[in-house]
Amino acid sequence: MSKEIQKFQDPGLPEHVHRKSDVDPKAADRAERQVAILFVLSALSTFLAIYAYIFIKDDIFFFLPIMGSTNAHQLFLGLGMAFSLLFIGLGMAHWAKNLMPDTEVIAERHEFRSPDEDREDFVRTVKEQAGAAGLGRRSLIKRTLGLALGVSALTPIVLLRDLGPLPGKDLEKTSWKKGTRLVTDPGDRPIRPEDLEVGAVAQVLPELEPGKVRHLYDIAKDAVLLIRLRPSEFQLNPERLSWTHDGIIAFSKICSHMGCAVALYEQQTKHLLCPCHQSTFDVTRAAKVIFGPSARPLPQLAITVDAEGYLVAQQPFNEPVGPSYWERSS
Amino acid sequence: MKKVERIGGNVASYVDDRTGAAKWLRKNLTKVFPDHWSFMLGEIVLYSFIILLLSGTFLTFWFDPSQREVVYEGSYEPLQDIKMSAAYASTLHISFDVRGGLLMRQIHHWAALLFMAGMIAHLMRVFFTGAFRKPREANWLIGVGLVTLGIVEGFLGYSLPDDLLSGTGIRIAEAIIQALPVVGSYLAFFTFGGAFPGEAFIPRIYTVHVLLLPGAFLALITIHLMLVWYQKHTQYPGPGRTEKNVVGYPLMPVYMAKAGGFFFIVFGVTALLGAVASINPIWLYGPYNPGQISAGSQPDFYMGWLDGLVRMAPPIESYIFGYTISWNILIPGLIIPGILFTLMALYPFIESWMTGDKEEHHLLDRPRNNPNRTAIGAMSLSFILVVLINGGNDIIATNFHLTINQIMWFTRIGVIVIPPLVFVITKRICLSLQRADREKVLHGRETGRLVMLPHGEFVEIHEELTPAQKFTLTQHQQPKALLLPATDANGVLNPQGIKGKIRARFSQAHVEQVPAPTESEAEALEGGHH
Repeated sequence: MSKEIQKFQDPGLPEHVHRKSDVDPKAADRAERQVAILFVLSALSTFLAIYAYIFIKDDIFFFLPIMGSTNAHQLFLGLGMAFSLLFIGLGMAHWAKNLMPDTEVIAERHEFRSPDEDREDFVRTVKEQAGAAGLGRRSLIKRTLGLALGVSALTPIVLLRDLGPLPGKDLEKTSWKKGTRLVTDPGDRPIRPEDLEVGAVAQVLPELEPGKVRHLYDIAKDAVLLIRLRPSEFQLNPERLSWTHDGIIAFSKICSHMGCAVALYEQQTKHLLCPCHQSTFDVTRAAKVIFGPSARPLPQLAITVDAEGYLVAQQPFNEPVGPSYWERSS
Repeated sequence: MKKVERIGGNVASYVDDRTGAAKWLRKNLTKVFPDHWSFMLGEIVLYSFIILLLSGTFLTFWFDPSQREVVYEGSYEPLQDIKMSAAYASTLHISFDVRGGLLMRQIHHWAALLFMAGMIAHLMRVFFTGAFRKPREANWLIGVGLVTLGIVEGFLGYSLPDDLLSGTGIRIAEAIIQALPVVGSYLAFFTFGGAFPGEAFIPRIYTVHVLLLPGAFLALITIHLMLVWYQKHTQYPGPGRTEKNVVGYPLMPVYMAKAGGFFFIVFGVTALLGAVASINPIWLYGPYNPGQISAGSQPDFYMGWLDGLVRMAPPIESYIFGYTISWNILIPGLIIPGILFTLMALYPFIESWMTGDKEEHHLLDRPRNNPNRTAIGAMSLSFILVVLINGGNDIIATNFHLTINQIMWFTRIGVIVIPPLVFVITKRICLSLQRADREKVLHGRETGRLVMLPHGEFVEIHEELTPAQKFTLTQHQQPKALLLPATDANGVLNPQGIKGKIRARFSQAHVEQVPAPTESEAEALEGGHH
């Protein structure tokens, strides 16, 4: 067959099929009644919401399957509002679908490209305008304008300078000093080694100097976790071992990855786990990272006891705590 | 003349007397919109945005965006006499002491989730049907901008109550800022007005959340809709539908009623969720304290994939000349999302470059008829799904009795292996579906009716498709691959160089299709049968 390949032809829009409500006046009346019922239900729901708002006390709770203990005030106020809106919507949709014209209409679409003549005109105008401004020839103007515009963007940046102080050495320092007592959080009580049993964990903060207040930004760097193991369980080098006291080891509680509180301690495996991104630190090996995205161990705080037998810091942290930043040197 | 018609006529004359817009208004009131359920996805986004504006305004009447320390004395007993920020205390006040406050908070949060979910669904519809092609590239770009801003807006919104969960999220955002090379610690101090957490962040993001970003949304959504209006909506292929027409219902009255009704339905559904489904019960988390955390800390779903990426990152940092570069934060937190969103934004231009297609398109593709694009979309989705699974690894581990390590390693390997596999499988499925279409057009639909012929043979009756069905299944374009010119006019070998080669290769992959059956083929078969 030498016939040209022929695609299937477009048979055109299918013939319109009338709805029942178009041909049967009874069906149309029925649809009208249904729409009206939906709108009335909506109005009733609004009254339910108003009734709940005024008359249902907000301290009544009752049990609902799946949802558990539910507040009656909140539930009926919400249901009233929800159904008042839903029934309006359903009524309108039902109205549009059954009673409004459903004949499909065809509208023409035109290509966006203008006729060639108009287009050439337009292109020529743009070229002329650009030429009239002289940007092509007068490159001095172009360059200095670029300079001015570029430089002018600096003003808003400079204006934002006072958003905050410069970081300075702030990220490196914590409140821990030589001899700072470890106090419980909460409670602010100093701790003796015998307060902690083997296997126990405690969150501590540095004791406040008289007249000082503890801010959240202090806690964000000062929070320390105390863990007591049997001394034989440590696998530490002599220096790090000397930073522990009687099986008690102290780490910064602020994750070395992104600064979350490393609060999950697995007593069996002696692992510390950060719930944010699951960096896992081995307590027996100076909080070495054994899993997860953190690249550094948790900084260890050297501790000992003072003359009165309370746990104190031997020295400040020897490295910045918390997440990494550009100026951090290791 | 009916009364309503007379009033309508008067209103129309009143408007025209003062604007002279009769012609323009008439044209636009009868503007035709094609009908399809998938065109409602974008509507859901628009309506949830309006719900967000309304419910959000209600919340601002009581919310106090301040990190000033106060002692809670409201009616929620477990937190009484506890120190917290004014932001957290006022959120508790809204939840327990303002009637309808908790309902509005929950509607606001559910509407935000719906807003994001709707945008993603709408984006997928536009991608898989090729609605982003010329002349709608600009609208695609605006859409990508809206998704990006939506993620930021949602994050800022759930950060405002300053509870333990959201404060942890802010801490992570701070760590990402701090990890930026050179300027990181400076930017962090400027953003937070000093050391983290400070007292400046919540008031600042409040202005951004309730003024700056909603304003940007309003502007972008307006342009988005004006472009849809001006360029006219795309339509699915079918009998009577061409590149040159729009088949559907007029704006007045059908679409006004349908769209208006749909707004109330969306609002009603979010209100229903707000009434019965508890979300973000901040009173259970407690006020933020950087030394505390709760297990199972999870962001909202549209942030979950980012968290999953951060979780699976290998622990790499470089220390160069005394400075630190945190690859474990920069790569998953900024570089990969940056690449993904750039590729997504540029996709219309990439596809047009690969295929050499510079035509206008108003008829949508059935996803199977563009196997390469569909496979690219499915591949991207599978990537996001794998990292999202890792973002919930702790929750999955406790619910399915797995270890976090198993899930982490599954997703670490999966994120590299699964997307290419999904690409290949999706492409094969599309081609198989095309083959099935071809089969249907040429041999009819399998009816499942078996008939025994007089000589004992069983045959299944195949029912011939209607001309409309045949047309719908065969109308799609079957583009040809771009050919790589071997030599140019002067005899130079491969004049387009490596770029041309890559392009030709892409184009070849893109045109891989099962040939659509034609009338001629059907006739030839007919002749053979009888």
